[in-house]
Amino acid sequence: MTEPAPSPAAKQPAPSSWTARVREWGVRAMPPERLLPDSQPAYMSSWIYIFGVLTIASLTVIIGSGVVLGLKGPAWWHYTGVGHFFNSIHLWAVELFFFCMVIHLWAKFFMAAWRGGRSRTWMTGVISFLISIVAAFTGYVSQQNFDSQWIATQAKDGINATGAGAFFNVLNFGQMYSYHLLLLPVVVVGLVVAHILLVRRNGIVPPLPLSDLVKARPAADGGERAASQAR
Amino acid sequence: MSKRLSHRELDAAARHYDGPYKPYDLVKELCVALVLITVLSVALAIVFSSPDEPPSTIAQWSRQMPVDFVTTAVNELDGTSGTAGYGPPYNHNGPGQHAAFLHLQKWLGVSHPIDTAADFVYQPLSTIPDVPQVKIATAAYQAAPAKTQAAWTTAYGNALAKASVGPGNTVKAPPGNYGPLPTMMGALLALAQSGGLDGDLLTSRQFYQTDYTKPLLFMADGGLLAARAQAQHLLGTQWGMMNETGSYPGQVWLWLYTFWYQISPYNSSANADLLVFLTMGVLSLALLLIPFIPGLRDIPRWVPLYRYIWRDHYRAQRRALGQR
Repeated sequence: MTEPAPSPAAKQPAPSSWTARVREWGVRAMPPERLLPDSQPAYMSSWIYIFGVLTIASLTVIIGSGVVLGLKGPAWWHYTGVGHFFNSIHLWAVELFFFCMVIHLWAKFFMAAWRGGRSRTWMTGVISFLISIVAAFTGYVSQQNFDSQWIATQAKDGINATGAGAFFNVLNFGQMYSYHLLLLPVVVVGLVVAHILLVRRNGIVPPLPLSDLVKARPAADGGERAASQAR
Repeated sequence: MSKRLSHRELDAAARHYDGPYKPYDLVKELCVALVLITVLSVALAIVFSSPDEPPSTIAQWSRQMPVDFVTTAVNELDGTSGTAGYGPPYNHNGPGQHAAFLHLQKWLGVSHPIDTAADFVYQPLSTIPDVPQVKIATAAYQAAPAKTQAAWTTAYGNALAKASVGPGNTVKAPPGNYGPLPTMMGALLALAQSGGLDGDLLTSRQFYQTDYTKPLLFMADGGLLAARAQAQHLLGTQWGMMNETGSYPGQVWLWLYTFWYQISPYNSSANADLLVFLTMGVLSLALLLIPFIPGLRDIPRWVPLYRYIWRDHYRAQRRALGQR
């Protein structure tokens, strides 16, 4: 005997349920067509725009190679060829990450990309950059080789001078490894996700208007908010 | 020229866009970028590999530079080493760095207490079994008045400047009145050369160890790490903060941190580290708050790079308006 199919009304959660409210808030804040639009403003036509996505791709390779290194433990890469290879991938992905991120940052600076209510997008990007520097630093002092010995013994003076040495001991391998493997990657990924969601929500910044063009067509920039660019 | 428009007008103009759109595949772009970066990372890894200079140990240090090791140990004993007089977070023997009224290092206190004489000398010597002379010598030193201890360590320290390396990597100092120090230091050197001191300085109340604070501080007070660092262009005066061993890019993103250490007043200040961190803190805050800082937020309007970035857009606008 088959059960009767529930009526469409029965499938819908009550409007007062917390779950429905969260879902509706999420869809309102970020409709799917805005989260993943299949079109972009025509002014987005420079190669400079690819450095944002290249930074995300580099971060993905860093995390992928880092997961392998983490799963095998901190000593593995010192005595196996495969381990050293994964460490090399990790290192070069970090170099590419910072290279792409810095170009992306300067490009957005010269676009004045914080205009039009996009200051939070800029700020999450800058904080991601600063936290990434700390994440990379904890990686350097977690290598368990001469580099980590020297960097840790030198950097301790700077960290201690700020008072942070009281709870952030760069000479404590276990503490630095925890920061590098878990705490800082979670923060960086969280910030990058927030940054991307803000970009999708507010759209990419329109070009700086040239006054001669504005005078020629004063109403050229009136109309729909860029945030609702996705159609 | 857009610099004739006010900041408010520019901000308002950036809130709206009713121009044309074009098809754009974000997911495809991400996949292509991922493949590109993966291939590039693997290629760079294959071609250039990555540096992995083996770490130094106290055993290596004491074998390669026995005089430097003993000199450092004497400094730890009489409280004249870098760590002994460091201050917070290791001890109260120094004021720590400060800038104006900011004494952050002092305010946060001693969180990793280290008594260099006890931790680096007495405690390791106490682990040496069946050598009564060492226990007697250590007891004699500890029982002596501070003035006598200082006379012994000063005399022995001066003698070590003229010491030579004897058979079996021992230290031969010119004859003099050094009290029990030669016995104590000879035993500590032998313990270090056997590898025992590396383990002793890691020992705590539990079996598993991950905290290398003590052995690293002890080694950093000596000359081996600095000698290796100099050979690998890692000293502060060599822009070492952003370098790593070998010919690798290192942490090039730290170039600005490193830069401050090369110029006055940072390179001659006893509070250089704090001054550099405060400077970088202010600059980082400025970078973060650019959208709200008049002048800084206007720089992009004055530098015409945006005209190059959006040249297609401006060209299309001019075409639409019938301009050249």
